[in-house]
Amino acid sequence: MASKTVLSRREFVKDTGGLLFGFSLAEGAVLPQVLTAATESNPAASPNRLEAWLHIDRDGSVHVFTGKAEIGMGVETGLTQIVAEELDVPFSRVVLVMGDTSNTADQGGVGGSTSIAMGSKPLRNVAATARALLVRLAAKNLGASPDELQVREGVVSVKADPSRKISYADLAASGDLDEALKVSGEGFALNVEGLGKPKDPSSYTVVGQPIPRVDIAPKILGKWQYVTDVRVPGMLHGRVIRPAGVGAKLMGFDDSAAKKIPGYVQTVNKGDFVGLVAENEWAAVRAAKALRVTWSAPQQAFPEQKDLYQHMRSAAPKATKETVKKGDAAGVLASATKKVQASYEVPFQSHATMGPGCAVADIHTDGVSTIWSGGQKPHALQKGFAELLDVPRDKVRVIWVEDAGSYGRPGFEDTAADAVLLSQAVGKPVRVQWSRADMTAWGSKGPAVVCELAAAIDEHGEITAVEFTSHAFSGGEIMFVPASKDNYLGAQLTGIPNKSGVDEFAQWGVQAPPYVFPNVHAVSHIVPAFYDSISPLRTTHLRDPEGPQTSFAVESFMDELAATTATDPIEFRLRHLDNPRAKAVLAAAAEKAGWERRSSPNPNKSAGDVVTGRGVGLSTRGGTYVGTIAEVEVNRRTGAARVTRFVCTHDCGLIINPEALRGTIAANLIQSMSRGMKEEVTFDRSNVTSVDWATYPVARAHDIPTQVDIVLLNHPELPPNGAGEPSSRATAAAIANAIFDATGARVRQTPLTPARIKAALSEPQRA
Amino acid sequence: MSRTLLKVNGQSHTIDVEPDCPLLYVLRDNLVMNNPRFGCGLGQCGACTVLIDNRAVRSCTLPVSAAAGKEIVTLEGLGTEGNPHPVQKAFIQEQAFQCGYCLNGWVLTAKALLDKNPHPSHDEMRTAFESLICRCGSHVRIFAAVRQAAEQMKRSA
Repeated sequence: MASKTVLSRREFVKDTGGLLFGFSLAEGAVLPQVLTAATESNPAASPNRLEAWLHIDRDGSVHVFTGKAEIGMGVETGLTQIVAEELDVPFSRVVLVMGDTSNTADQGGVGGSTSIAMGSKPLRNVAATARALLVRLAAKNLGASPDELQVREGVVSVKADPSRKISYADLAASGDLDEALKVSGEGFALNVEGLGKPKDPSSYTVVGQPIPRVDIAPKILGKWQYVTDVRVPGMLHGRVIRPAGVGAKLMGFDDSAAKKIPGYVQTVNKGDFVGLVAENEWAAVRAAKALRVTWSAPQQAFPEQKDLYQHMRSAAPKATKETVKKGDAAGVLASATKKVQASYEVPFQSHATMGPGCAVADIHTDGVSTIWSGGQKPHALQKGFAELLDVPRDKVRVIWVEDAGSYGRPGFEDTAADAVLLSQAVGKPVRVQWSRADMTAWGSKGPAVVCELAAAIDEHGEITAVEFTSHAFSGGEIMFVPASKDNYLGAQLTGIPNKSGVDEFAQWGVQAPPYVFPNVHAVSHIVPAFYDSISPLRTTHLRDPEGPQTSFAVESFMDELAATTATDPIEFRLRHLDNPRAKAVLAAAAEKAGWERRSSPNPNKSAGDVVTGRGVGLSTRGGTYVGTIAEVEVNRRTGAARVTRFVCTHDCGLIINPEALRGTIAANLIQSMSRGMKEEVTFDRSNVTSVDWATYPVARAHDIPTQVDIVLLNHPELPPNGAGEPSSRATAAAIANAIFDATGARVRQTPLTPARIKAALSEPQRA
Repeated sequence: MSRTLLKVNGQSHTIDVEPDCPLLYVLRDNLVMNNPRFGCGLGQCGACTVLIDNRAVRSCTLPVSAAAGKEIVTLEGLGTEGNPHPVQKAFIQEQAFQCGYCLNGWVLTAKALLDKNPHPSHDEMRTAFESLICRCGSHVRIFAAVRQAAEQMKRSA
């Protein structure tokens, strides 16, 4: 392992300063070495050896190689804590190398809130095994048995005589720190096991501590490098022109004006893919504007926006899945004395990442190609680009470098493909950063979802049956794992049809809590895509794929049932839950919020324009439980609503870093509030018309609640679970429920804008 | 092309550049700086914020000619690792961001705000920040950091 030639991200920064990220480029000094590394058969990439995962340097610093990536929620810090804990080294000595396909194992990248829950398992086992090997080496060296030894901060010593000691650095330099590992699973579930057994959580001293995140200080000091800052010698800047609308075909282009822009280099065309490269970004922006492209008339593939939900309800489903059939819900509903029915609608939403996607590609058709991307699944990108370039996988190296928060498959993948295609065509490294319109309008979308619910209530006020039906665009019209060439917008423009999609459903009990009722029937339908390929409304994963949409429906409906039966909304939920952790987060939320036990709407409304209310939502997601209470004020005259306070109780099992967790939850609440109150992709018959922050509004300073209380329920006896998405899920429903509590008006369509609230206020309300 | 004098973080640079080229591209491409950052190119989000004569300005829509000769300070010029600006210190203490791509806008707008108004009310703070975007939703900690920075600056004043 000492001969390892691939440097870590931080070593690049520290030792070469400038190679990839800075200005004083020692041209050719290190880059060929990096590229050479990818041509070697690289033991680090195969996960069945300890040395592929972990290396101890002569100075005692520990490098850990992981296929995980950091998308802004702090997993780099959490994973570092887990390794430092098991290895018994100071936190500051551990450096993670993340998401480089040449020296990290394929752990499926980031997704599904699994980076800690699943992704940390092999790292924990690797660290425990390394510790066991080091102790074994130390035993030989110190002439003692392993049982007689202790480890403190990377130094092994004899318990009875701590002056007899040797450091990990010395041990690693003298001995062979390698071991065969037993590999199981793949992707997120990839695990390895060796001879070391992880610690008992009760002995943890690093895990569970509120250690400041490793990335935040350098970011605030301006010392952090994002993928936007990757600079490769001889790099050009590219732009790709988007079609005039869905189904528009390239008729021709005239680049005579573009050629006159100083810095223009070359126009690239293949099929309907048309782009150009220039010497600098400004020249690329101006030349792209000067490039005159003629398109055929776009197709009218989309309905009028006002007809979207009607279209979704009436479209013949592409696929249907019956997810729950318990008892005879239809029969009970047919003979019910009282029935409650409601339908809930959530629009397409855009990732609209803070920075538009950015990537650099250096394509060598006869050698090794390197792509720097912030896409959160680097190993999948490696497969997809190898297919696109028609070369073996080992000829493509993808180096993940952090981009703006991706929250799914936002289009960073498409940006990287644009760079690949341009670099391949011009034979030089090309950097592409999308425009704001490229990102907001042409980035992939979170699916629109309609859920219809019905419940039967007997004469005692008991809920005897529930029916759930969803009509949703697939969560994977574009595959969220971008591992094939047809996945990318640019590739599709060259003529490769999209075949990468899957049917992913919006499901009762999966993307919403599994409440217990005697008779339940749940069916999910997939609405066919408007257009198979090259569509700005192609749907894929956006944070918690169908969770916020389905949960908005189910958590609103639970509230409607509670109101209909004149029951307190928390008490109603507790009555229909059998999971103790789900019950516990609700009870804890009620306590923290000072929840007044009563039914909604609030009988003591103020007589003035502004009224206040409270609402609750429950989220259960893969072993994580979240209770969210929103307090709102609503202006009954204007319909304007504002969240004044959130209370969020969160149980994700064992907590790795409470402060990082609180930060992620607080941001989750605000982002999901933004999605619930502001965000809706607008479109006409052929185009997405949300193109910037004016046409795709998100939460701003005045929307932010004055108080956010987060209560963490730690369970050290349980494994750590995910926190990236669960606290996104129930926010919109909690707000809608609070609006109902305040006003008696029920809004069943998001975003919860003043216009919708005002319209609901003027509707007659059912009892 | 014309020769333009730019004073950035106390250093003078003379560069040949189109006078209408936005300052952002000059800082990033000609001067090879990593901050500020491109967010929208429309002046809508604030990721490209710099201080010019101690006012927070969107560099993505400002022609470089308009910044010539003026004192430009970027995030990197605000403080150092050993001696961070009180605003940076407070943002670090509050661990104020998620991905952090937006933070040039928040940190530099906070600095300009507190210089002008050392004791902003909650509403004044919101008004000062209304034109900034943080897509991750880190606002709660950002506001806590600004309040903390105001306290620290009051104490050290």
